[in-house]
Amino acid sequence: MVEAGSPPDEIFLDRLRQLRGVERVLAQPAELFPYEADGLTLLRGRPVAVVFPRDREAVVAIVEVCNAAGRAFVPRGSGTGLSGGATPVDGCVIIECACMNRVLAVDAVGNTATVQPGVINAQLSEHVAPLGLYYAPDPSSQSACTIGGNIAENSGGPHTLKYGTTSPHVLELEVVLPDGSLVQLGRRDGHCAGYDLRGAFVGSEGTLGIVTQAVVRLVALPETVCTMLAPFPTLVEACRAVSAVIGAGIVPAALELLDDRTIDAVEASVFAAGYPRDARAVLLVELDGRKCAVEHEREQVEALARSHGALEVRVAKDSAERLALWRGRKGAFGAMGRIAPDLYVHDAVVPRTRLPEVVEAINSAAEQRGVRLANILHAGDGNLHPNISFDRRNSEELEKVRELGAEILRICVAAGGVLSGEHGIGVEKRDYMHLLFDEADLVPMRWLHDSFDPEDRCNPGKVVPAPRACTESNPKHRGYAKVEF
Amino acid sequence: MRGVAEGRVELSREIADEMYFCLACRACESACPAGVRYGHLVETMRSEVDRRGARSWRARLRERLLLRHVVGVPRNLRFAAGLLRAYQRSGFERVVRNSGILRAFPRLARAAESLPPLPDPFRPPILVPARGTRRGRVALFSGCIMSEMFAGVNEATVRVLSRNGFEVEIPPRQGCCGALQSHSGDLDAAEKLARRNRSAFRLDGVDAVVVNSAGCGACMRDRADELGHAVRDVSEFLVDAGLEQPSAHIYARVAYDDPCHLLHGQKVSEQPRALLRAIPGLELFDLPGAAECCGAAGIYSLTHPEMSGRLLERKVEALRRTKPDYLATGNPGCILQLKRGISEAKLAIQVVHPVELLDRAYGG
Repeated sequence: MVEAGSPPDEIFLDRLRQLRGVERVLAQPAELFPYEADGLTLLRGRPVAVVFPRDREAVVAIVEVCNAAGRAFVPRGSGTGLSGGATPVDGCVIIECACMNRVLAVDAVGNTATVQPGVINAQLSEHVAPLGLYYAPDPSSQSACTIGGNIAENSGGPHTLKYGTTSPHVLELEVVLPDGSLVQLGRRDGHCAGYDLRGAFVGSEGTLGIVTQAVVRLVALPETVCTMLAPFPTLVEACRAVSAVIGAGIVPAALELLDDRTIDAVEASVFAAGYPRDARAVLLVELDGRKCAVEHEREQVEALARSHGALEVRVAKDSAERLALWRGRKGAFGAMGRIAPDLYVHDAVVPRTRLPEVVEAINSAAEQRGVRLANILHAGDGNLHPNISFDRRNSEELEKVRELGAEILRICVAAGGVLSGEHGIGVEKRDYMHLLFDEADLVPMRWLHDSFDPEDRCNPGKVVPAPRACTESNPKHRGYAKVEF
Repeated sequence: MRGVAEGRVELSREIADEMYFCLACRACESACPAGVRYGHLVETMRSEVDRRGARSWRARLRERLLLRHVVGVPRNLRFAAGLLRAYQRSGFERVVRNSGILRAFPRLARAAESLPPLPDPFRPPILVPARGTRRGRVALFSGCIMSEMFAGVNEATVRVLSRNGFEVEIPPRQGCCGALQSHSGDLDAAEKLARRNRSAFRLDGVDAVVVNSAGCGACMRDRADELGHAVRDVSEFLVDAGLEQPSAHIYARVAYDDPCHLLHGQKVSEQPRALLRAIPGLELFDLPGAAECCGAAGIYSLTHPEMSGRLLERKVEALRRTKPDYLATGNPGCILQLKRGISEAKLAIQVVHPVELLDRAYGG
């Protein structure tokens, strides 16, 4: 294997440039600069080249050229991932799937779409909307993120509560394995025999291979959608209302919570949605389905919210108002840019009933360190997104942000939670896997990884931590310094 | 930009060109939840590009000559416009065009063709009284290009303001706002021009400084000085103050196209539409893609004709489809650009400033 960070020779770059079906190869320092990080800007690496394949044959060829040269390769979509899944290792080649962006077929009877990995999430839904269909998983970055990236990260979103994460929506995958072979995982009819390798692949964060084509499930647009906004005087009351709604047997399409600091940032931005600024928290509840059922549930939710202390319950009158409420929620991460130039969007899950105390604990941990933190929660499934604002040029602050990140994980795991709800482990949380798994649990994960990628070339150093002893003796394991948060 | 600012990326020729490839239409500012002032960033970066000499010196020299010494100096601009008028009116222009000499200088030919026949320059009195009940007093920013090439728009603006009960003062010592200079990264020249205007306008006793060129208005407002705070676009000022209902009908279909520096630069989009809707008989609709740049973008149509042409083609396509009688937009660059697109496509559509139609509806 090539020494990490060693400069590329022109012959290698030329070989990439001459491949059929390669749209472009970036290799100038200024061109590579934007690819040093994905949505997790805390961690950076230096690739030697970014290659844009147009089709599966090109991906195979690129992987073969990299293997022959002993260079690692990192697949990438739009780079919106938040756990460092697309962070390059020094000296790697980034395989950028942005040019493989075609919807190849839509089956309006079987409700499936066959897509290339670079198709943008929201554009797939737009594409099939005339058929009365949409693609349900909706990460907040959906206007930019790709289906390929969603598959790699098993991405969720606000509507995960009712519709599940990406995995149940992926039926069949065509994948280039790290050795360059092309295989099919799963079947478009959803039946599969033998080991469910499709299931193993979705959420493997680009470490088991590169998706070159996927058949995904489409869902019929609901007859009615009802979106409500309920402000609360305290965060605790809002959290209790969440539990009450779920406890009553209602499964809202989405059940989101935004705290006061998030409200402030959103209302100051172009996404101002009319969230009341005097509330300490707002709940955004969406119900969808048959008209009569939605109407019934709306009354129930409204009553529950009021009895749990809601200051008011506002129901969106039309689709314009509904979209405005969602734009505020989905634009909230961008709006954090008003607070500081850098943002670390954390992600963890705790049992829903523990949310109030966990959020309190996280807020006070941030206050103690003097770090600016705002909360957005997929409250319905106990998924927390503490947003930490910082300036990465301030090394002292950076250190505090890292400490706080680790503390948040400890708080969540102690409350019976897990490390990630939907962002993945990546490099961000790799070294915290020990909080959740003991050494014996990690062994089969390594087996799985090594059977796909024994040479550790495909997106190396992500997800599974090295065996304990090895990390201690060799902190530079797999190209990364030990990652501390 | 961040890479360059932090010294991690070399300010190469490629980056320099990339910086000038941007239209600076500022649509990204309207979309940005974090409130990044990209227009300001790109101007600062361009100034740095030129300070370090990363751009071709020819392009830079050409721009400086045109913007600093012609556009920026009223006397020289007046002289150049006078020459051009003489050239157009003497019949010499036709001789030159027919001779085919221009084919040897494609860039020059393009620039020459984009210029419509120049009207007489705007030489207003210092003060125009209000008509009817006096409601207040405004100062008019008459602009450099507006004065030399769009005297009709300035005259219409004055009449419309006066008709609405405003006394209009036109400070004689004012000059170019410096927008084109700052877009091209020449911040020193822009600042010098701004200083002149600051001393030319007396703001006490004036309700607003009315500007009818979106690019100038955005530039002056961006300075956030006392003068900038007083700036209002003419449509914004009239509609917010309460527009006097015009009586004459204009039976025409009018498409409105947002100038970027009005929509994104000044966040003014409703008032020009309201102004046009106030005209009886007029059927207003948004040109499809109204919020997208037409490719004029200051001097972009001269520096990047190919890209600019592609953007213009989208507007022409929308016009071909919707066939309005008039296309209304409130910025001189856009008017020139769209006029050229329309004449090349041989469409029978007139490009006007919204106040021109209002003026006509008042019987001006």
